[in-house]
Amino acid sequence: MCGTCGCGADEHAHEHVSLEQNVLAKNDAIARDNRAWLRKRDAIALNLMSSPGSGKTTLLERTLVALARTRPAAVIEGDQATSLDAERLRRTGAPAVQVNTGAGCHLDAALVRSALSRLDPPPGAVVFVENVGNLVCPAMFDLGEQRKVVVISVTEGTDKPLKYPYMFAAADLVLVNKIDLLPYVDFDLDLCAKHARAVNPDLTMLTLSATTGEGLPAWYDWIASV
Amino acid sequence: MHELSITQSVVDEVRSRAGSRRVHAVRLEIGALTAVVPSAMEFCFELVAAGTVVEGAKLEIDLTPARAACRACGVSFDLPDPVLLCACGSADVSVLTGRELKIVSMEVG
Repeated sequence: MCGTCGCGADEHAHEHVSLEQNVLAKNDAIARDNRAWLRKRDAIALNLMSSPGSGKTTLLERTLVALARTRPAAVIEGDQATSLDAERLRRTGAPAVQVNTGAGCHLDAALVRSALSRLDPPPGAVVFVENVGNLVCPAMFDLGEQRKVVVISVTEGTDKPLKYPYMFAAADLVLVNKIDLLPYVDFDLDLCAKHARAVNPDLTMLTLSATTGEGLPAWYDWIASV
Repeated sequence: MHELSITQSVVDEVRSRAGSRRVHAVRLEIGALTAVVPSAMEFCFELVAAGTVVEGAKLEIDLTPARAACRACGVSFDLPDPVLLCACGSADVSVLTGRELKIVSMEVG
């Protein structure tokens, strides 16, 4: 019996094939194609990730309205089900396509590729990719974005960066949303920043409120600097 | 459950390299910092491989521990978790190993 797999064949009947390949090689190759496709249009993509309910869609609504004066913008909206968010964002005047992942818990580069071809963003556009609300799975998948943005809100725990370290380790920018609620919740901004930098010393953090508009100009400046 | 789509990528790649040959074993290298749960991959592997030349293959997972080097004091050390902190107090550390997610080899025939 074969010692490798326990099958009935002689061990020498098996051929050892060395592969030495990244498991996500196919996804990463499509992500590189997406990035090149966007670059040809002088466009960029930002991958927005968070827990459900952090205020990503409200933040995008305000951002799309503000950007409309200066630069074309478009949205790829990822949710497990429904097209509610894409419909909501289209009311700002920006084009938005909905991607439903069904049982899937994250967007991948192939889903974004097909969404980009449907979206057909104009030259110079910022494409916001709103990932499925989940702080675990989306961290591993390159979509072809220029930057990864993680949104958390002060109604979540201060220790979130330590509980979901992979997401914060992957982020370029962390936005702390809903700071208008700080007087009513037990959230320590400084400690949260310390936790986030413990898993990712290089990240940038901005605080804002998508409801009141506080802190939004710094977010718009950051987008312009990408 | 991102392990399901990751396992699907593994089986897709192995199938394309194996052709019509039967696959008896697949060896993976998974780093401790990758957020991939090996037991979840084993569970998914059986499901994804069913009905293909990979069905029944043994999944062997080599776990690579996380190691880091401190830029402040020059020491290399084990990382027990993703918190990048050296015992000297510096957070200026670079990850040496632990981010691997590779299909190493397969046994076919």
